[in-house]
Amino acid sequence: MYKIERQLVIDTIKAMIIEATKTLDKTIVDKLEYAFDKEVNILGKSVLAKIIENQKIAKEENIPLCQDTGVLVCFIEIGRELVFDYDLTEAINRGVSLGYTDGYLRKSIVRHPLNRINTLDNTPAVIHYDFIEGNELVIHLAPKGGGSENMSSLKMLSPADGRDGIINFVLETIKNAGGKPCPPLIVGVGIGGNFEHVAYIAKKALFRPINDQAKVLEDRLLEEELLERINKLNVGPMGLGGITTALAVKVNSAPCHIAALPVAVNLQCHSARKKEVTLVGTIA
Amino acid sequence: MELLLKTPINDSDRIALKVGDEVLITGTIYTARDAAHQNLVDSLAKSEILPFDLQGQIVYYVGPTPAKPNQAIGSCGPTSSYRMDKFSPILMAEGLKVMIGKGERSIELIEEVKKHQAVYLIAIGGIGALLSKTVKKAEVIAYPELGSEAIRKLEVINFPAIVAIDSRGNSIF
Ligand code: SF4
Repeated sequence: MYKIERQLVIDTIKAMIIEATKTLDKTIVDKLEYAFDKEVNILGKSVLAKIIENQKIAKEENIPLCQDTGVLVCFIEIGRELVFDYDLTEAINRGVSLGYTDGYLRKSIVRHPLNRINTLDNTPAVIHYDFIEGNELVIHLAPKGGGSENMSSLKMLSPADGRDGIINFVLETIKNAGGKPCPPLIVGVGIGGNFEHVAYIAKKALFRPINDQAKVLEDRLLEEELLERINKLNVGPMGLGGITTALAVKVNSAPCHIAALPVAVNLQCHSARKKEVTLVGTIA
Repeated sequence: MELLLKTPINDSDRIALKVGDEVLITGTIYTARDAAHQNLVDSLAKSEILPFDLQGQIVYYVGPTPAKPNQAIGSCGPTSSYRMDKFSPILMAEGLKVMIGKGERSIELIEEVKKHQAVYLIAIGGIGALLSKTVKKAEVIAYPELGSEAIRKLEVINFPAIVAIDSRGNSIF
């Protein structure tokens, strides 16, 4: 059996949050630079230039990329040889509290959707757990902004709606969202599963590396076609027109009921902040 | 080329702005987002005096990150404007002339902008680090209990924005 100290979890989460809110991954910066080179719309190009400049300033001067430092979303993979003698969720939230407070980040979480009283430390995070082989704890986290999350959408299609139904729903969602989710976007699409699972796999799709491709052929073909068609919508950077509406489309699928074709579209803005760290357990 | 605008922006300069113009603003702007708008509109309904005179002013929809000890303000990019659509006509009726946010607004709101010969500008979402460099001074002037959503008076130099709805009611979207 292996263990990971509570303090290590707290310190790791805190450091990951502070780092994630100030630095964009190089793979995303590369995509933005490629998009800047290709963009033909003058305003769209000007927007992309400022987005690229912003991430330089954020990194060099240690200022959050965006003022919306989000709700913190975590996907935690727990090696099944690990044992915990403490509450892991509590430890993660402790790290969140310290990260947002000591990191001078915005606290955007309210205790109840109707009383709107701020929790003042951005807790609680939204945490998903899964098990893996071995003695490692893999932490994936992303501060997810409100603007792009608000424009995300879910629909229970009929099996007869098929592939075209999925494509139309994704295109409609992105067109209706316009400039509000801060395009250029990364589009996470879930198909199949059931009502809650389809949203879960769409969110999980946003955690995939920006340059990978879906393993399942049907999903991969959808990714290619969707990316091409989304970039013909002329939404463009910040909705001002152009050929850069999405940087990538990620489709995740899951088995579903004979009567169902659930689809979820989770939008990620250009401020695609995320981090991954693996902690290795020590012998308990 | 960007147009240089100094606040208070006079009527003729404002009315001359056209959709798609890129501008650089220097001077005073006030911050307000969802909760502050609700408070302002509630105060007007009770005929209370507002924390600042709206006449000819600029309101920026932003909730910044906390400033570090050596900074005027933290990261401070725009939030989505559509959530302010139901409040803005009431503020424009009180003299508000310029709004800065991000994203589309309702058809009704576009009509109101035209009616008041106001303008709606967009700042680029997600570039809060860059925008923070244009803010030289920030002072909370109302609703400190709202934290990030408090109303701040900002002094800015060359704050970049784009005209999204002009005073004739043309919209970029
Ligand atoms: S959608 Fe993203 S980039 Fe835009 S304001 Fe929200 S977090 Fe920032």
